[in-house]
Amino acid sequence: MDFLIEAFKQAFLLIVNLDKELLEIILLSLKVSLSALLLASVLGVPFGAFLGMKNFPGRSFIIIFLNTGMGLPPVVVGLFLYMLFSRSGPLGFLNLLYTPTAMVIAQFILAFPIVASISQASVRKVSPIIKLTAKTLGATPFQIALTLIKEARYGIFTGILGGLGRVMAEVGAILIVGGNIAGYTRVMTTTIALETDKGNFELALALGIILLSISFLINLLLYYIQKKEIRTNP
Amino acid sequence: MSLKLVISNLWKGYGDKTVLKDLSYVFDEKKVYVIMGPNGSGKTTFLKICALLETPDKGEVHYYNSTNKILSKDINLLRKITYVFPEVGIFNTSVFDNVAYGLKIRGFNKKEINSKVEEVLDFVGLSHKKKQNALTLSSGEAKRMGLARAMVIKPEFLFLDEPTAFVDTENTKLIERLLIQIKEQKATTIVIATHDSPFAFTVGDEILKLENGKIFEVS
Ligand SMILES: Nc1ncnc2c1ncn2[C@@H]1O[C@H](COP(=O)(O)OP(=O)(O)OP(=O)(O)O)[C@@H](O)[C@H]1O
Ligand SMILES: [Mg+2]
Repeated sequence: MDFLIEAFKQAFLLIVNLDKELLEIILLSLKVSLSALLLASVLGVPFGAFLGMKNFPGRSFIIIFLNTGMGLPPVVVGLFLYMLFSRSGPLGFLNLLYTPTAMVIAQFILAFPIVASISQASVRKVSPIIKLTAKTLGATPFQIALTLIKEARYGIFTGILGGLGRVMAEVGAILIVGGNIAGYTRVMTTTIALETDKGNFELALALGIILLSISFLINLLLYYIQKKEIRTNP
Repeated sequence: MSLKLVISNLWKGYGDKTVLKDLSYVFDEKKVYVIMGPNGSGKTTFLKICALLETPDKGEVHYYNSTNKILSKDINLLRKITYVFPEVGIFNTSVFDNVAYGLKIRGFNKKEINSKVEEVLDFVGLSHKKKQNALTLSSGEAKRMGLARAMVIKPEFLFLDEPTAFVDTENTKLIERLLIQIKEQKATTIVIATHDSPFAFTVGDEILKLENGKIFEVS
């Protein structure tokens, strides 16, 4: 019991003292996950919006594929990328294994289906009357597309935050392709996984508290977005 | 610059139901045409086809310019005509931004947009609502916003579908005054579908009836 209390005390001390190692790990975590999310959003929102607006053969197949991707086990993504990036793998010459870049790619793969799929569904949900109204007020096809994305913005934000929640929490993929190298590829979740194994609870616990707080913030934001959407859609 | 709309031998159906049957008509004057007719007779379908928002199964819909040349159905033509849905079609943003939409996409600058939108909102009596989210307007207010949003782009053809449904007597009078004012400027051909006969006879120069898939002039 005592050791638990002691661990919590140490963890809080690390946080309030802004421990350098702790900060480094948090910053890298944020850098990796936010880069992956940015990439997933820049590509996933237009791609999802396109799927939501157009009808073409194979469209439902792509959506089923994306939805499968939403539940992709991170370790499987890690395994797949490891095989691609390992020295004897087809992309081994890029020397990406155990780099932050590989971690960003892994998390991008995890976030993209969520962002794209939810963007698709949100844009699809916009009433056809809105689309025709934009057209009859003189919008070009591109302006119509932007208008539909704007109308679907709350849904799209929900998808982006969902993607962020997923990549911040995952450990399987980045542990395999990042390798948890101190000062280079160590992030919050991988540190927790490995420090716990070593019995180093203080740092793990401090990171756990930070992760929980971030998750809480994401959900707080989600709550407000959903509340706003309900309020403006009577 | 004056547009003319010529509809010839128009057919339109949904499934095995034919709605418009070999309909022909010419809208060639800057005045108010009112189309009446029972529910389901095809007024909305007809207006949407005229506004190039739906394609007919058969027949021609052509806009001619003043030199009698057929205009291609591109963005330039689309920007001269506009249709207001019975349910308006409200963007999830403020009343001001809704009304400013057509001006923004046409590249007007902020100052012009401001003055034009303020003026038209004043015209329809919605100035005090400009910051409110348009989805929270009452049905009658939404109707007036839809009209303002269409008017502000100064279309040559204005199609209004049930503009007075849900609108109280006082605001119906306001819409009548508005339409008469637009009419007096002689720059817009207005085509209205409605069930409101007093309104139709107040604003209409030409009363038409859509029945059995065809248009008849009511003398
Ligand atoms: N997309 C559609 N699919 C199937 N049927 C349709 C569609 N749009 C219209 N219809 C049918 O076409 C007919 C004409 O409809 P329309 O909306 O043009 O009538 P309307 O004269 O505007 O009626 P109202 O006075 O009720 O507004 C109706 O029977 C309607 O059910
Ligand atoms: Mg109708």
